[in-house]
Amino acid sequence: MSPGDPFIRWDWVASHLGDIWLRLEQHLVLTGLAIGIGLAISLVAGIWSSRWPWLYAPVTWVSGVLYTIPSLALFALLIPITGLSIVTAEIGLVSYTLLILIRNIVAGIRSVPPEVRDAALGMGCTRRQLLWRVELPLARPVILAGLRVATVTTVGLTTVTALIGQGGLGYFILDGIQRFFSTVLVVGAGLSVLLAMAADGLLVLVEWWTTPWAHRRRG
Amino acid sequence: MGGEPRMAGEPIASANQANGTARAQGATVEFRHVTKHYAAREAGAAAVEDLSLHVPPGEICVLVGPSGCGKTTSLRMVNRLVEPTSGQVLVDGEDVARIQATTLRRGIGYVIQQTGLFPHRTIAQNIGTVPDLLGWPRSRTRARVDELLELIGLDPALVRDRYPAQLSGGERQRVGVARAMASEPPVMLMDEPFGAVDPITRERLQTEFLRLHHQLRSTVIFVTHDIDEAIKMGDRVAVMRQGGHLEQYAPPADLLTKPVNDFVARFVGSDRGLKRLALIRLADLPLEQTSLARVGATIQPPRNATDRYTLLLDANERPVGWMNLAHMPPGSRAAREAADASSPFVRAETTLRDTLSMMLGCSVQTAVVVDDDGRYRGVITIESIAQELRGSVALLPGDATPELAIP
Amino acid sequence: MGFLASVGAWLVDPRHWSGSDGIPTRVGEHALISVVIVVLACIIALPLGVGLGHIRKASFLTISIANVGRALPSLAMLALVLPLAFALGLGLGFWPTVMALVPLGIPPVLTNSFVGVKEVEADVVDAARGMGMSGWQILRHVELPIAAPLVMAGIRNSAVATVATATLGAVVASGGLGRYIVDGLATQDYDKLFVGALLVALMAIGTELGFAALERRMTRAGGERSELLRVS
Repeated sequence: MSPGDPFIRWDWVASHLGDIWLRLEQHLVLTGLAIGIGLAISLVAGIWSSRWPWLYAPVTWVSGVLYTIPSLALFALLIPITGLSIVTAEIGLVSYTLLILIRNIVAGIRSVPPEVRDAALGMGCTRRQLLWRVELPLARPVILAGLRVATVTTVGLTTVTALIGQGGLGYFILDGIQRFFSTVLVVGAGLSVLLAMAADGLLVLVEWWTTPWAHRRRG
Repeated sequence: MGGEPRMAGEPIASANQANGTARAQGATVEFRHVTKHYAAREAGAAAVEDLSLHVPPGEICVLVGPSGCGKTTSLRMVNRLVEPTSGQVLVDGEDVARIQATTLRRGIGYVIQQTGLFPHRTIAQNIGTVPDLLGWPRSRTRARVDELLELIGLDPALVRDRYPAQLSGGERQRVGVARAMASEPPVMLMDEPFGAVDPITRERLQTEFLRLHHQLRSTVIFVTHDIDEAIKMGDRVAVMRQGGHLEQYAPPADLLTKPVNDFVARFVGSDRGLKRLALIRLADLPLEQTSLARVGATIQPPRNATDRYTLLLDANERPVGWMNLAHMPPGSRAAREAADASSPFVRAETTLRDTLSMMLGCSVQTAVVVDDDGRYRGVITIESIAQELRGSVALLPGDATPELAIP
Repeated sequence: MGFLASVGAWLVDPRHWSGSDGIPTRVGEHALISVVIVVLACIIALPLGVGLGHIRKASFLTISIANVGRALPSLAMLALVLPLAFALGLGLGFWPTVMALVPLGIPPVLTNSFVGVKEVEADVVDAARGMGMSGWQILRHVELPIAAPLVMAGIRNSAVATVATATLGAVVASGGLGRYIVDGLATQDYDKLFVGALLVALMAIGTELGFAALERRMTRAGGERSELLRVS
């Protein structure tokens, strides 16, 4: 970046829209996979932890340790095992979602008022019906809150996967740093921030749509 | 409600139900030497101790007592939310322990104090919970939901798609009761269902439920700590003591007139006489008549020379108020405005006790009895009520003087 | 097994324990940069969070800032700060990393100190005011001691996150243990890569545990204090 270079060269942006779209797609795929798998694992772990409370401590411990390990380090630790591949990236990304999702799922299930649980059992719901028809729907706001944080974090972390060759918007960031080219850098960084906010906003909408009982008051 | 046969999975059915009678008829409920110990508590402190009682079909049995007397625990042993340590609970002669728990519960209505309405489901979905669990066709469930909403006095079109948070406390309690009745269960369990609302609403809910029960005739086991509620609601009342002991199981009148020991007598309260009045309705007493006048007509001389007031009726035979004969002597024209004295207008199912308290503040101490359309049927004077009270007071054992003296 | 053996060999090699690329140097650099960032973040966020929490205002704003902070990918921040650092003549490495990571370290401290102070029970604050304490005294003797565990948790989150993202600083040429990872990737020296990752992981976990122990000490103290206030 020499003085006199404009901060963003829009002509570069215009001529590279295809690339930008490609990286954006990659980013979305990486993030989506991580959230999807993370949610699936966390649901199982969370549901089991609320059914068998002694599970909660070890589960939290493991996911906590995974969360504490810095992302780059985690990817690096996996490289000898799974190489510079999408699997490494996904294992790392999924690990980061686990702590917050599991915590929120358990907290959400625990927050169901005891009398609602009592009424459901008293009316003849099986344990499974209780879980799927009552506890999980009522836990949805808390779960979605956790999902929001997890998604936003994952969008950010996916940029780091560029360092292990995975692409996404991080590719532009790295490229910009290496080539001292601010435009590319800003495109990468700016888009990842925008993507994170868009994902957050979308989930807020999802939460609003799927929990009508939480915001309809007496008319 | 047509004579539809019960759906599969409802093993608790009285013979009437199997024949497809329109109304849900109650099942018998019996406790046989039921005891419940909790391991955590010290030995000797049982939650329920050797409880035995039998509830005939279609009756309301109220379990009443101070906290810690085991009434809620006993209730929850009927639908196996609590399992007895020993003894049996039988519904229609069948030991509930031998019926699959979830199947059992789908055949028993369950109402709790905090309602436990599902906040994330609409009123219609809440009420339809058990029918859904039982696999009823959608149309049948919907029809039943609407029917129940009307029965509890809510407009289905308005309320069906609302959420519990959008209803008032009293409305929610009613929905809770409707939800328990949805599958026409032969047994209903109610745990302080009206406890969480204000006294005025509670009064209304109690009366409404009695009216509903009159139509449905399911067997109800009702838990409360309020002796007045027990007396009002119960066909039979079981008074329990701390430690899960049953002290007396009898119709309310017997509890009031023949308490079996000191505990029951104290629990029932020293105003037994007044409570007795709560059990008698105006319809049980002979109606008296009074002097009448009609709007726009000439006032006639009173029936009795000592009468000071005449009741004014409008064109539809509905009472307007009392006219003081000193101001409006016979021969004058009766106008609406002339009716300046008031007294309560009550229906025949009002209890003597309620009528008495309404009359006490009025200038005319006579209650006007009206029918369901508000039309005049007769009157009851305060003397008649006092007479009734004196009659029952005389039956109370161990009283040196009557507890209530009316000059 | 062969791989672990070569990692082990790398670790015991005395050459890797001295010099500007040695383990002690790198660990030191990493610790230094993390401490600087956390301290700066606290200097900004603590007074702000505690102050706002005390007067119980600006709740929406504070929470929003926290949310936005979470949405900023650390790599993006590092990248965006780079041109700025250049323009200010601060070059690569240490200063861009600090400039980028302080804003990321602020939200956890801000949120927790704000919520911690704000959520001190109204009864307790009221009792203190009734006894004649001034606003300052309430803050110092009542709210801060009670909020201390939560504040500490916020600093802990910030510290752990900072240790983690300081690793990425290596991408903009800073020192620290991230250097091993980035250089290891570049030169395909997987032993170095692994050691760097391992050390960073241990450092992060160590920070977490260290702060957790500190918090436990504070919880006991804070709990006692609020009990005292209730009794008197």
